[in-house]
Amino acid sequence: MGMPISHIMASGMTGIRAAGDLVARMEFSKKMRIGEAKEYVAKKLGVESMDLSDEHVMRELREELDIGVITSVAGAAKGIAAKMNIEKLLDTKINSCDLFRKQIA
Amino acid sequence: MATEYALRMGDGKRIFLSKEKILEELEAGSADAADLGEIPTLSGNEIDKVAEILMMPGKTVSVEQGMEVPVTHDIGTLRIDGDQGNSGVGIPSSRLVGCMMHERAFGADTMELGHIDYSYKPVKPVISNECQAMEVCQQNMIVPLFYGAMPNMGLYYTPDGPFENPGDLMKAFKIQEAWDSMEHSAEHLTRDTIWIMQKLMASGSDGVNFDTIGAAGDGDFFGSLHAIEALRKEFPNIYIEAGMAGECVLGMHGELKYDGTTLAGLWPHQQAPLAAKAGASVFGPVCNTNTSKTSPWNLGRAVTFMKAAVKASTIPCHVDMGMGVGGIPMLETPPIDAVTRASKAMVEIAGVDGI
Repeated sequence: MGMPISHIMASGMTGIRAAGDLVARMEFSKKMRIGEAKEYVAKKLGVESMDLSDEHVMRELREELDIGVITSVAGAAKGIAAKMNIEKLLDTKINSCDLFRKQIA
Repeated sequence: MATEYALRMGDGKRIFLSKEKILEELEAGSADAADLGEIPTLSGNEIDKVAEILMMPGKTVSVEQGMEVPVTHDIGTLRIDGDQGNSGVGIPSSRLVGCMMHERAFGADTMELGHIDYSYKPVKPVISNECQAMEVCQQNMIVPLFYGAMPNMGLYYTPDGPFENPGDLMKAFKIQEAWDSMEHSAEHLTRDTIWIMQKLMASGSDGVNFDTIGAAGDGDFFGSLHAIEALRKEFPNIYIEAGMAGECVLGMHGELKYDGTTLAGLWPHQQAPLAAKAGASVFGPVCNTNTSKTSPWNLGRAVTFMKAAVKASTIPCHVDMGMGVGGIPMLETPPIDAVTRASKAMVEIAGVDGI
């Protein structure tokens, strides 16, 4: 366990504490290299690239955009609901959201 | 007496080296990679930068602010609920709990769901259970969630699988039969992986992680590349991570080709374009750790290989940095001083897109 957590602390973007999940989605969905992925996400969020790893900036912004945070804020979007908001924000499709839409159609 | 810095051997044992010795080891490691891969060595400035990272006084170090990269995860939740055979810590918990712990407590950028055996072949009899777990996890997770396992082509050979063991056949000088066995196994590996991922994509998976491609040699790489190609064709938006098992593709067969390129003997910078051609989203290059060498030697070598792979690749590269690869010492509890130094050097010197 110590090894992956060490990598996260040394080099990671810390997932939904900041914007690591969003940058990872652009690398995987559009095959963007790290610089391009950060630039794309930063532009969509209206922040600087450096802010994407800044918990102070991202915590408030994630709550405002309703794209999920690490704590259980009452009434805030979680799981699929948060991912549906991420789809709109990043202009990308997420498979589990597609499945959910098909199931409720 | 010259100042000495606390570093590690490739097996994790603490050693003390002077700055001159560190530079010497870094240069030797880089030269070894350059010689094997026919790639450039690290420049003098780059060697100095890696040395500076190794000599930093703190126990842990980190990348400069703004240089952070996504950290992806293999082996899924097995590191929590798994047994020692999977380097798990044996905490009884569901896979949903494991996934959510990684997302909300550990700050993982992506996560993965995996089967306790962690190979594709044994997933087939329990596919419905895997689909059910994926659906429940996807309902609750926000970070990208993959399904991951090892291609592990060795499971298709006797006594575990239907095809005769090519090692046994070769010992009996039955070369053609050995080749046939590897080719049949690769076909089955491709077919099984596609079938499993068809089910998991129908259950909402973001994509697939091929963990330790090539562990059974070039046939394993061949079967995995064809599976990637077919999955990309069937699911244009699937996330595909293609992570390798070792730095060099072992030529167990020797004659297998993909896109006109012989797979045996390929190094990370030669593997990356093939993974991209097949349709992978992200490539995971590997450099193995030599336990008898020092951490500067291993790190100099790993950074040299990874820098060349990053340059040659047209898709993002997430360097494999688990126990015994990417300059990380080869033991189950790799010292954090060594892990964080390797992590920083890979991002800042090799320029990787993720870990």
